[in-house]
Amino acid sequence: MNSVSLLGRWAINSVLRLGRAAVFLAVTLIASVKILRRFRLVVQQVFAVGVLTVLIIVVSGLFVGMVLGLQGYNTLVDFGAESSLGLVVALSLTRELGPVLTALLFAGRAGSALTAEIGLMKATEQLAAMEMMAVDPMERVMAPRFLAGFVAMPLLAAMFTAIGIVGGHLIGVGVLGVDSGVYWSAMQEGVDVYDDVLNGAIKSVVFGFVVTWIAVFEGYDAVPTSEGVSRATTRTVVIASLAVLGLDFLLTSLMFTEV
Amino acid sequence: MNRNAVDLWVGLFVVAGIAALTMLALRVGNLSAANTTDTYKVTAKFGNIGGLNVKAPVTMAGVRIGRVSRIEIDREDYSAVVELAVERRYDNLPQDTSAAILTSGLLGAQYVGLEPGGDETYLKEGDRILITQSAVVLEQLIGQMLFSKAQGDG
Repeated sequence: MNSVSLLGRWAINSVLRLGRAAVFLAVTLIASVKILRRFRLVVQQVFAVGVLTVLIIVVSGLFVGMVLGLQGYNTLVDFGAESSLGLVVALSLTRELGPVLTALLFAGRAGSALTAEIGLMKATEQLAAMEMMAVDPMERVMAPRFLAGFVAMPLLAAMFTAIGIVGGHLIGVGVLGVDSGVYWSAMQEGVDVYDDVLNGAIKSVVFGFVVTWIAVFEGYDAVPTSEGVSRATTRTVVIASLAVLGLDFLLTSLMFTEV
Repeated sequence: MNRNAVDLWVGLFVVAGIAALTMLALRVGNLSAANTTDTYKVTAKFGNIGGLNVKAPVTMAGVRIGRVSRIEIDREDYSAVVELAVERRYDNLPQDTSAAILTSGLLGAQYVGLEPGGDETYLKEGDRILITQSAVVLEQLIGQMLFSKAQGDG
């Protein structure tokens, strides 16, 4: 009986959290429109979530591209199709790896930082203090962070993909001896601007939205203790990663089922 | 960090992001070539197009000069009508040019190969290529071979 009521409490709490998250999103979106007049705050946050994440994105992108070049070449060479290496690297990066890996790294690097920062603000009652001074924390704290994550994520994903393709070129052309012209022309032949590049960009926009939403909400909803903040940070990374992978399947099946 | 430095870094970040997007669109996705609206359309009728797809290349002497822009069935005689978008700069294809559906490699993707004729007048927008050769469907060939072999034995 006891375990059944535990399950019931868990279910009620989950639904409550979901409802709070939805209300939070609505309030943040309204505040985001208002905050556009004070664009400085957003720029500062783009620095924190975007610029400081560039390094990890660029390094991971380069290595992922190099691994794709190596693995792709070893598989393709068995079929005498190593001329398609550029296409393989570009399609896997633009369609899947670029948006998804960037979103996962973004959740780990920027999302956790957002949650920890906001959670700590709540634990040290800074948010309450703002309300006392008639400053709306939704407008002053949440909205700029939300907008910044939403803007930064697609740009980071584009950088990841571009660097990855260069990395594949580095290994494929520089080390394994695929012709440089063939690498690029196979890519240009097979990659479609709308079907592949644009759909990948749409994915990264959706992921940026979801990851930032989860990160900011978890911070706002954290139990205001040191343990609560650490739990909220962990939850951000776990939930955001799961959401990205689940959504990726959904988006892929919507976008790429019909050729 | 002071204000100006933050502004500078964010500016660089945005520029780098947009540069990456532009590279993806132009260098990888080849937007510049995909978007050339400067084409003229000719049609060709085939008995069977095999696995030809829209966007498949149209080549002459192995050089790509256009793409397949539309494929549909003729309501009258149930043959396949393939619309070819040929780049405007190749506007001197003779009227008696012939079209064939070919396969790159033994099992590769299918494309339309054009073979120029000797006519003095040139194909223009909306014209029809009269001499065509359908796709070779491997299964049919094998079927025919088996059939004729069985007949020969009997």
